[in-house]
Amino acid sequence: MRRLLLQPLLTATLILIATTPISGLVLQGYSFSFHWQSPLFLAAAAFVLHLGLILGRIWSRNQFRPVAALRLQKGAWATGPEWRRAMSLLLPAIGLALPFFLDKYGLTVAILALIYVLLALGLNIVVGLAGLLDMGFVAFYAVGAYGYALGHHYLGLGFWTALPMAALLAAGCGLLLGFPVLRMHGDYLAIVTLGFGEIIRLILNNWMDFTGGPNGVQVDFPTFMGLEFSRRAKEGGVPIHEFLGIAYSSNIRNIFIYLVLFLVVLLVLALVTRLKYMPLGRTWEALREDEIACRSLGINHVVVKLSAFAMGAMIGGVGGVFFAASQGFVNPTSFTFFESALVLAIVVLGGLGSIPGVVIAAIVLTILPELLRDFSGYRILVFGLAMVAMMIWRPQGLIRPQRRIFLTGRH
Amino acid sequence: MIVGMAPEIVVQQAINGLVLGATYGLIAVGYTMVYGIIGMINFAHGEIYMVSAYLTAIFIATFQFFGLAYLPALLAAVLAATVLITALYGWFVERIAYRPLRQSTRLAPLITAIGVSLILQSYVRLSQGARSQGIPSLLQGSFTLNIGPHGGMIHITHVQFFIIVIAFLSMALLTFLMLKTPMGRACRATEQDLVMASLLGIPTDRAISTVFVIGAAMAAVAGVLVSLNYGSFDFHIGFITGIKAFTAAVLGGIGSLPGAMLGGLILGLAESFFSGFVNSDYKDVFAFSLLVLVLIFRPSGLLGQPQVAKV
Repeated sequence: MRRLLLQPLLTATLILIATTPISGLVLQGYSFSFHWQSPLFLAAAAFVLHLGLILGRIWSRNQFRPVAALRLQKGAWATGPEWRRAMSLLLPAIGLALPFFLDKYGLTVAILALIYVLLALGLNIVVGLAGLLDMGFVAFYAVGAYGYALGHHYLGLGFWTALPMAALLAAGCGLLLGFPVLRMHGDYLAIVTLGFGEIIRLILNNWMDFTGGPNGVQVDFPTFMGLEFSRRAKEGGVPIHEFLGIAYSSNIRNIFIYLVLFLVVLLVLALVTRLKYMPLGRTWEALREDEIACRSLGINHVVVKLSAFAMGAMIGGVGGVFFAASQGFVNPTSFTFFESALVLAIVVLGGLGSIPGVVIAAIVLTILPELLRDFSGYRILVFGLAMVAMMIWRPQGLIRPQRRIFLTGRH
Repeated sequence: MIVGMAPEIVVQQAINGLVLGATYGLIAVGYTMVYGIIGMINFAHGEIYMVSAYLTAIFIATFQFFGLAYLPALLAAVLAATVLITALYGWFVERIAYRPLRQSTRLAPLITAIGVSLILQSYVRLSQGARSQGIPSLLQGSFTLNIGPHGGMIHITHVQFFIIVIAFLSMALLTFLMLKTPMGRACRATEQDLVMASLLGIPTDRAISTVFVIGAAMAAVAGVLVSLNYGSFDFHIGFITGIKAFTAAVLGGIGSLPGAMLGGLILGLAESFFSGFVNSDYKDVFAFSLLVLVLIFRPSGLLGQPQVAKV
């Protein structure tokens, strides 16, 4: 009993010592104010947490669970085709019907959630499947968004031209980044990609003449087959509500963006799911597990790594185009390192390599902060805590990666 | 570019660069030692530096409040208190983000370290507010020297002089600790071969903790010095400074202690000349590009040994 309490008490004391200056003595100019409650509260929380951890460890040691021991603890789940087919019909139907029931605010959040789904799917290829820790993923997002914005500004490109071109541009950037970092792995790769992301942001911020610097760039709203979504069309154009003969609503544009985005997400999902079971996807995962073994077996690691970078970057770039289209304006503050960390958190929480997990995590992590607006200051703190806790207790993510089983005949 | 400039401007930039580089070197020590011992980057190291800058301001305010007015005593007390508490933060980082994942994949500790740096950043922001903070200028005045044929003037502020002296002393102390004490020997043994060291009875977990603590302490020294020099900081500074210090560590050869200091000085000089003679808007871009170039063309750095992957 004494030993049980001793360790948590020690932790609490250390936390008290460490947090007293930062939480207890709050700077007011060159002076400070004293808040004695916060360090005590943090120390008490640390005490309870550590005690809980110790008790949990004792409890799980005393449990005898032969069934649990036999069950597959790590690795993959296998699902049959029936369940999969039902879900793949039901979920798109719900998703397509959704925007017609949402108000303006709900639509904005839904579009944002879908953009994060795209980003997370892109990063999932690079980090989850190929195991290349990319911490500058936001660079490709920025390339997509600015590709559309600047393409419109200087070349007069429309949304539909910019979409494939920005995607190709981002994929090119992915190749460009991928080439020099081929020999690196793990930490080195993480730092170089992080540096790359910052370089892109700093250039966007400082190159006033071309990118408008911190003031950003206006983006034209998309059109659909020449029909515009504004109340009154520009010269020669037809607004869509007149064409369809319905009343004007500012939601129409967002509904349109949502629907296009949703279709793109479905397309990317289909692509990524298939890729995962194709030789390329299998090689990505093999390379993640053991690069040396792969190369000894004759796998061309250059092609495999570059394809992962390019594919991930392309999806990120598409996300960027939709971001620019839905905001109507881009500036460098949307593309900070925090964005990369957020997408990484989504991929980690969803389970590295698990496609449904990543999609669910992206949706939850976008909608949850919106619901908890009052606690928005704690958002990053909670993300950080969640990342640490996940890696320690459930490194395979909340939803385990699933492997498809291929059945021959009826069972 | 440098040819044709007045010599005193070049010398002045060189001095500013050395001062900047000394602080980069101090922070780079944390990266290089941690990398040497566990082969991983301590992603939370930049945030540790940020915490130490806050601690500096808090301790200056506190000690002045309790009537410690004699300047050398105040500086010594602030330095000691900041180093101690920051070292504790370094220990926490290892304990939370690295030790539970010793047997795990390489990706996992990286992600926990990113998590810890997010935690530290938002913890400081929530506790101290998002606005930027400052400290009163304690060391004022400067030495003035005349050089060159036209008698051009260069200034070395007292703070800059203080930075060079303290940085040199702490590096000397660190070298002594690592080379001459049992603790340093244990750390070096663990660095050479973790499994063998633990078989020979060296508490490797403690050695790894020690390295994190030492790294944090050096970052704290840098935090005190930089805060005294610039006087203002916010909760964002850890990110950029962290990457630059990492660049310094890579430049000098990651895993090598003298390399970290050399890399810091070179990076400081390069950045100072770049922002002085080329363009100060792009000095961060310059530092990042330097990092990328070094990693591509000479990943083992100036003083490091090339790593061979073993099966």
